[in-house]
Amino acid sequence: MPFIPHTESEVRAMLNVIGVDAIADLFDEVPEAIRAQSLSFVPSGVNEMEIGRLMTERANKDGLYVNFIGGGVSEHHIPAVVWELTTRGEFYSAYTPYQAEASQGTLQLLYEFQSMMASLTNLEVSNASLYDGASALAEAVLAAVRAKKKATKVLIPTTIAPVYRQVVDTIVKNQGIELVELSFSEVDGHTPIDIVSQLTTDDVAALVVPQPNYFGVLEDVDALTNWAHDHGLLVIGLVNPIAMALLKPPGLWGEQGADIAVGEGQPLGVPLASGGPYFGFMCCKQKLIRQMPGRIVGRTVDTEGKPGFTLTLQAREQHIRRSKATSNICTNQGLMVTAATIYMALLGPDGLHRVAANCHANTRHLLTSLAKIEGVEKLFDRPFFHEGVLRLTQDPAAILKALEAQGIVGGIDLSPHYPQLGNALLVCATETRTDSDIGNYATHLERIMSRRRLDPPCAQKVAG
Amino acid sequence: MLIFELSQPTRRNSAQSPRERPEITDIPQEFLREDQASLPEVSELQVVRHYTRLSQRNFSIDTHFYPLGSCTMKYNPRACNKYAMLPEYLMRHPQSAVTTGQGFLQCLHELQEILKDVTGMKGVSLTPLAGAQGEFAGVAMIRAYHDSRDDHGRDEILVPDAAHGTNPATATMCGYKVREIPTDADGNVDVEALRAAVGPQTAGLMLTNPSTLGIFERHIQKIADIVHEAGGLLYYDGANLNAIVGKAKPGDMGFDVIHMNLHKTFSTPHGGGGPGAGPVGVNDRLLPFLPIPIVAQEGGQYRWLTEQDLPQTIGRLSANTGNAGVLVRAFIYARLLGKEGMIRVAEFATLNANYLMAQLRSRGFDMAYPQRRAAHEFIVTLKTLKEQTGVIAMDVAKRLLDKGYHAPTVYFPLLVPECFLIEPTETESKQELDGFADALAEILAEARQDPELVKSAPHTTPVTRLDEVKAARELDVAWNNE
Repeated sequence: MPFIPHTESEVRAMLNVIGVDAIADLFDEVPEAIRAQSLSFVPSGVNEMEIGRLMTERANKDGLYVNFIGGGVSEHHIPAVVWELTTRGEFYSAYTPYQAEASQGTLQLLYEFQSMMASLTNLEVSNASLYDGASALAEAVLAAVRAKKKATKVLIPTTIAPVYRQVVDTIVKNQGIELVELSFSEVDGHTPIDIVSQLTTDDVAALVVPQPNYFGVLEDVDALTNWAHDHGLLVIGLVNPIAMALLKPPGLWGEQGADIAVGEGQPLGVPLASGGPYFGFMCCKQKLIRQMPGRIVGRTVDTEGKPGFTLTLQAREQHIRRSKATSNICTNQGLMVTAATIYMALLGPDGLHRVAANCHANTRHLLTSLAKIEGVEKLFDRPFFHEGVLRLTQDPAAILKALEAQGIVGGIDLSPHYPQLGNALLVCATETRTDSDIGNYATHLERIMSRRRLDPPCAQKVAG
Repeated sequence: MLIFELSQPTRRNSAQSPRERPEITDIPQEFLREDQASLPEVSELQVVRHYTRLSQRNFSIDTHFYPLGSCTMKYNPRACNKYAMLPEYLMRHPQSAVTTGQGFLQCLHELQEILKDVTGMKGVSLTPLAGAQGEFAGVAMIRAYHDSRDDHGRDEILVPDAAHGTNPATATMCGYKVREIPTDADGNVDVEALRAAVGPQTAGLMLTNPSTLGIFERHIQKIADIVHEAGGLLYYDGANLNAIVGKAKPGDMGFDVIHMNLHKTFSTPHGGGGPGAGPVGVNDRLLPFLPIPIVAQEGGQYRWLTEQDLPQTIGRLSANTGNAGVLVRAFIYARLLGKEGMIRVAEFATLNANYLMAQLRSRGFDMAYPQRRAAHEFIVTLKTLKEQTGVIAMDVAKRLLDKGYHAPTVYFPLLVPECFLIEPTETESKQELDGFADALAEILAEARQDPELVKSAPHTTPVTRLDEVKAARELDVAWNNE
């Protein structure tokens, strides 16, 4: 029996101890009328060799592509050590550290993670993770509204990914919170301070400031932060953690610094994996810690005065406060945080800086190379990081389809969500892309755009 | 020793980081960071040794019996991890076209169908990222359903007093008031109290079955009728699905909406506190409101359903596609078990729980509901021990760590004094259960002979009991080089 160790004689002995004749007797409190007859769809079991074959066949069918997609989730080199250690059973098969004395490994690691994130964002405190970047932003909005007791609105720029705004709306709308969307400059792709400064701030709790924004464009974080603070608003920074090695961290924005920083943690050692699991991070100023959702680990001492770690401020959480908790979150993304902590420890400040600088250099190279092609232009003449937007003379969806046949996933078609930008394509080249990858993309895009046929179709699709 | 304390300026791992360090010339100074973040500067070996040693300071399923009630800490098969981590799955960007992930999407689609079959529901969305997010999706769907019928007076969610804390917290997040329903002497929902509580203000009832008391809610059909007659919907918290998987289906019990915890019933790793996955299932009337995306199959091709396909959806819960890697692991687990194996999960989880309950009873322990059959877990109350010796449930829990066992869930459910919620799961052997029963019996004897020994436990763990008051009062949640 898969994963069940019992022998027949053991089962008989156990039933004797219980005092019943058969396992079926143990279900005698389940009313007859609702006992399941059988499973109709679930197939019979397979063994490990067979499931290995099936999963490999399906993986081969999917194949491998050269990736130029970002959009908040990006491909990075993950050192071998990261997942070798993360999948150790002692990390992989433990649970939330409710028994602190038996969970010092996970607890210390989470404390180290919190320390690294607080330093990256230049804020005082961090929690031990949330589900993903979008749900972390939603939790930040809820925290800001709790902190500004009477306010019910939050200002959110449309330079934040459409899907992030959708997720935030799903999570906060039932609590009567309104998201006020801010328009952006179609010339340079950022949220101009003169648009923001015309807004009324009555009943507003916070302004969200992305850095870089969804287009890769850098926002005027200092001016936006100062304006918000001048009007009594909190500032929620939405940042890429890799960018924090290079860009001014939220804690140093403007005169006083952002109050909360959140983001998608995936770039820190977590594989793309078709969409997850990733993790969201949240850091804030000390004064807001009691509004922070999720687990927080604190350092303390044991009865002998030895340092040790434990979950703290649990009075915020659902298992204590029930309907008055800061959030319903329980399980978070512990294993992903294990990977991220090991990743940051391995790379260190210099390594992370190199990753960030190479991502930027490669994206700049990509944008320059592609913009040389007839019918392709670079949008937004402003400083950027890591991603950029191109405008094509043709439908991006068709171009992406043609690139896919050459083994290239070429970017995100922005036209469904940003029709005002025309045939816009969001592209990204991280440190994993080589000059030859970029050259190859340019060659194929040029051929596709000019409808010349330099190569036979599908010649370069990697078969996996 | 913290990783930061091993750090030496300028030490770096050149093999793991990019070769070049390009100068940034096109970003103005005002946007740039001036200092560098305080990340440790340590060698690869230092990292490996530090985190290997930290791992050894954990209890885990792989190293210890871990009978944490309501968490279903069963063995996580290695094959599930190995085959979910094939490069084609790991390297695929979630925004890639569906044509680049047909094999992956087929796994998810089949998992949706398996979960529908197992739960008796009509539709499943895999997208919620954890059980609590599944609960949120479920209650948000209840709200969307009532709103769609212009039935706006329903502002209250009913929750049994024994429920998980996530239930009332979720109801609040969805903008509902919470009303608690008491439990009767047998551990069932007090049906008369429920009858008195329902009305035109009732949006729904959230229920776990078997309940958090470790027993099957026998009046479930009556409860369903009462809630439905009042116009409310019935929510199934799937935390305890492991007890009935393949034996009874929430859909047949009258539930309208459910969530499942794949990190429990479908044995995906708990990972030191996540990631989980909390798919939701619904019956016909809630189908239009399911969270997106959902995988559809059309003419042998798989694609994501979006807002265009489901205009009444409650929306998106994550930026991408749910915890895809967790879902793939659950799919592999379900295929390894198959239909026969899935029924055996409930059977042997229940056998182990009832056996361990009998063994503990014969060793002098009091059950909270001695008249009831255990489902996949059961509750021991140490009230008498506390009265006789002053030793409390937490002391016994800590002493269990010394004996090499992770403690059960303590002090939950809140309505049973000095309680242990014990869930052995089906993957534990009779020998392991016997050893655990013997260890608890030893502690009982120790508590009577030398209560201080138990009260001051644990003695063998890397640290002794921690000062939690100091942790909360003198907050130290980040290292700052002092």
